[in-house]
Amino acid sequence: MEEKLVFCKGGGCTAKLGAGVLERVLSRLPKGPADPELLIGFDSRDDAAVYRVSADTAIVQTLDFFPPMVDDPYTFGKIAATNALSDIYAMGGEVKTALNIVCFPEKMDLNVLGEIMRGGSEKVIEAGGTLVGGHSIADDSVKYGLSVMGTVHPDHIWPNNQGKPGDRLILTKRLGVGIVCTANRVGEASQDAMDAAVDSMTTLNKYAAGCCRGYDIHACTDVTGFSFLGHLHEMLDGRLSCRVHAKAVPVIPQALNYADEFLLTAAGQRNRNHTGPYVRFEGIPFAMEEVLFDPQTAGGLLIALDPEEAPRLLADLLAIGAPAAIVGEITDRQEAEITVTND
Amino acid sequence: MIQVNAMGDACPIPVVKTKNAIKELGEAGGVVETRVDNEIAVQNLTKMANQKGYGVKSEKLGENEFQVTMTVGAGAAPIPEDEPAVCAVPASHGKNIVAVVSAGVMGTGDDKLGTALLKGFLYALGQQDVLPRTILFYNGGAAVTCEGSASLEDLKSLEAQGVEIMTCGTCLDFYGLKDKLAVGEVTNMYAIVEKMTGADLIVRP
Repeated sequence: MEEKLVFCKGGGCTAKLGAGVLERVLSRLPKGPADPELLIGFDSRDDAAVYRVSADTAIVQTLDFFPPMVDDPYTFGKIAATNALSDIYAMGGEVKTALNIVCFPEKMDLNVLGEIMRGGSEKVIEAGGTLVGGHSIADDSVKYGLSVMGTVHPDHIWPNNQGKPGDRLILTKRLGVGIVCTANRVGEASQDAMDAAVDSMTTLNKYAAGCCRGYDIHACTDVTGFSFLGHLHEMLDGRLSCRVHAKAVPVIPQALNYADEFLLTAAGQRNRNHTGPYVRFEGIPFAMEEVLFDPQTAGGLLIALDPEEAPRLLADLLAIGAPAAIVGEITDRQEAEITVTND
Repeated sequence: MIQVNAMGDACPIPVVKTKNAIKELGEAGGVVETRVDNEIAVQNLTKMANQKGYGVKSEKLGENEFQVTMTVGAGAAPIPEDEPAVCAVPASHGKNIVAVVSAGVMGTGDDKLGTALLKGFLYALGQQDVLPRTILFYNGGAAVTCEGSASLEDLKSLEAQGVEIMTCGTCLDFYGLKDKLAVGEVTNMYAIVEKMTGADLIVRP
């Protein structure tokens, strides 16, 4: 493709609105009467809705789209789809159908759009779903994503906030893709780092979720724009605390170097402003703090489960090639909600 | 001194431009002034300066214009411990809290009690981890920022911590307090409305 994509202005999950701003708007929306079949809605801060249609089936509905974070349209399509599909997996569901959401400038080469959608549809197929249509809008800048429908057994939904004291926390992907993409945008990222980031962002959480199936998952969420610490904060639900062992957390190593060069996103700083007050860092280097606040595009699953089951699930994840690790444990409520130690 | 224009630039461009300017300063060091159009960029620049041990201060020049001044290298003044980089890390963790004082008393009932409550309120406000960005005083509240008010010391302390203290000019006129204002600035209805509509949270005693 000859045309260098001028559309990449730092997209992906770094383009998300800050959690604080969003809460302010959402809290003011009128709420209709509660529907008993709506198992998961707005209130639980999950990204997806789960609606029971029969005793053994609930549908999971989700939507995600954003501006490009890489220059190659085909890769962007794959990343955007991987990210949108992820919410279904974070609920314990299976992908069934997907609809494209497209914003595209009228004057831009349509082949670019074709490449984006090719990347997206490949991922939907890999997920085991069917792309069934979509909606496109002429806009000044490119945005792409999917609205996805999946199914889950109503008794086997993975909540995002039902962890228990003693639970181990497992993270299934490496952190730092936001910082690496940001460094890439200003020409500072190495090819190796970018390859690692793209590889991570195009890996479906389908496989990690598949490993989890045989286990009693207490809580699961996917780590996206609000960063590892931001999503962890939501998981703790205001009633639990946890310890995170920074040296155990999987990280794309170059992300630490780029953080030390201050190639940081606005979204990362917004995450720090929002979640920082809940976190106590004990001797953590600056770069690692930044990685823990780094907005992730198509990040991994963060799972809480029984300490006896955790090593077995970890072994299963490592066996499928996931860079997973046990990164911490949930405790009873402490003074600091999240304590990050340098071990 | 090098001036960097990073207005309209998204992070991390302001940092990249500033780093380039710092490189240009060379070993002698010096001052780099960077203009940005959003507070998050100010925070990211401040974070860099603090990590690197540069002197840093920032000021808000207008609605969407900020200037971050870094002092680097040989001539770099050590960052004074007690000077929390002005508006760099917003007192309110990014949330824009505006407190509104519309009377000289807090609550309705006995005015003697109400006066004491208001003094207590303003004192407690200054002790919070998250400070308001602005406190507006109007109508009967205008007297609270004037000579003779029991809260002057608390308000001066809030002001020193970066909280804007603004009193309605029409109200000062009406009550004949124009020469008595002892803390903060005089403001007008236009600015009062702007502060209130721009707030994430309005707090009233």
